[in-house]
Amino acid sequence: MTEEIIIAGFGGQGVLSMGKILAYSGVMENKEVTWMPSYGPEMRGGTANVSVIISDERISSPIINTFDTAIVLNQPSLDKFEEAVKPGGYLLYDPNGVNTPPTRKDINIYSIEAAAKASELGLAKVFNMIVLGGFLKIKPIVGNEFIRKGLEASLPERHHHLIPENEKAVEIGKELVKEVQKV
Amino acid sequence: MQKEFKLMKGNEAVAEAAIRAGCDGYFGYPITPQSEIMEYLMLEQPEKRTGMVVLQAESEVAAINMVYGGAGCGKRVMTSSSSPGISLKQEGISYMAGAELPCLLVNIVRGGPGLGTIQPSQQDYFQSVKGGGHGDYRVIVLAPASVQEMADFAVLGFDLAFKYRIPTLILSDGIIGQMMEKVVLPEQRPRFTEEEIRKNTPWATVGKTPDRERNVISSLNLIACNQEAHVNDLKKKYDTIEENEVRYETYQCDDAEHVIIAYGSSARISRKAVDLLRAEGRKVGLLRPITLFPFPKKQISDLVAKKVKGFLTVEMSLGQMVEDVKLVVNGQTKVEHYGRVGGSIPTPEEVADAVKSIM
Repeated sequence: MTEEIIIAGFGGQGVLSMGKILAYSGVMENKEVTWMPSYGPEMRGGTANVSVIISDERISSPIINTFDTAIVLNQPSLDKFEEAVKPGGYLLYDPNGVNTPPTRKDINIYSIEAAAKASELGLAKVFNMIVLGGFLKIKPIVGNEFIRKGLEASLPERHHHLIPENEKAVEIGKELVKEVQKV
Repeated sequence: MQKEFKLMKGNEAVAEAAIRAGCDGYFGYPITPQSEIMEYLMLEQPEKRTGMVVLQAESEVAAINMVYGGAGCGKRVMTSSSSPGISLKQEGISYMAGAELPCLLVNIVRGGPGLGTIQPSQQDYFQSVKGGGHGDYRVIVLAPASVQEMADFAVLGFDLAFKYRIPTLILSDGIIGQMMEKVVLPEQRPRFTEEEIRKNTPWATVGKTPDRERNVISSLNLIACNQEAHVNDLKKKYDTIEENEVRYETYQCDDAEHVIIAYGSSARISRKAVDLLRAEGRKVGLLRPITLFPFPKKQISDLVAKKVKGFLTVEMSLGQMVEDVKLVVNGQTKVEHYGRVGGSIPTPEEVADAVKSIM
């Protein structure tokens, strides 16, 4: 199993930390992982993205330009990464702020109203975990117990009391995700 | 005992491993994309763990001269920077090469020339392996291709530096520095005691004792015949290093007709290109130099003797290591270069196409 993922959105949406929690969960399940952020000037201009690879085998290139799954949280990221999904791959997006929905016919498309749900429940801080839950529903590549271990390992101890809220958000995300198009 | 895996950035891994290697002092000045090294050390406060000093100097020039002073006292000391900052440090590095002092240097390369860009590059190959500052000298150059190697080479780098009394450079780039991977950290080892320094580094300036002449740390030698003898002695040391310390990795080379030669992050990208080409039934392999000085000349010669039809170096530069490959191959077979510059990163698909173009 090798899963090549891009997560992209605005800075502050928790894109990098979602990738980190996913990667750490992979480490906890004894898989090989890489987490490669965009650290260039573009992240200072508003958009952030991170590519995460989780694999049972040694990972060759951390630099990839096609993906099994793209998780996109704003219009610029959708414009940039819809084309980068491998044929037959998966696109998960939050329709909040997206005016031009994806148009490709050769990929699986899912939507998740995570921003709206987070705002409704007052869970803005764990918005990214709702999205992660949606992804894990579509692609259960890491077990629930390892997500917990990943949270424990990636959050400083003083924030460990927030883990149950994060786990709840993952469960909400699993319920919330909707299939738009299946190929 | 079960190994504990951490998820760390390359910059954080080299910093933590330096603490564990028994480093006595880090002296630096911030610059992207390597600022996490000093940030990590400042947050970690190793003075409370091992007594290690972490100091932000007023400039790169000050930092390297603090390293010079610490090394002269037999301490395990280090600095890190990115390309423009390493250029500023070259005077001090040349002095340390002349004075035969050990230290660990880390260059997380960014695109240049000048201030250039903060994105990754491998443009500093020439500067790293051909000396860098003025004078006929070499430093040992280690080129990690993973976060694990960033940690491992902090320990190895200090050990080689002290074994040969030579500055040792970890030459990495923004990809490896910023990327997170899982890593097993080395065991904590103690810093040198004063007794160990007196015993193991008898040249160190730790105070004269009645049984010996005073120690002098200097790179100045105004008498030509003495300086000639000194430079020739340095050459003997570099020859010994070339004989004993070559490190490399091969992938799919046994039956390869074409071989990619790439180091660091380019080697990771090239490894995927090899997989893509092998999937098409093409006999392609990868030679990854781990030490850039000493350069794996014999391993390249062996591939030439095995009738490899062509080499392609893949570097994030206009083509620098390709010159060293050509020197070894000496016209016996084709040597080409493929690269991206200015902070752009080649994709595995691009590399695969470049290999096909030399077939």
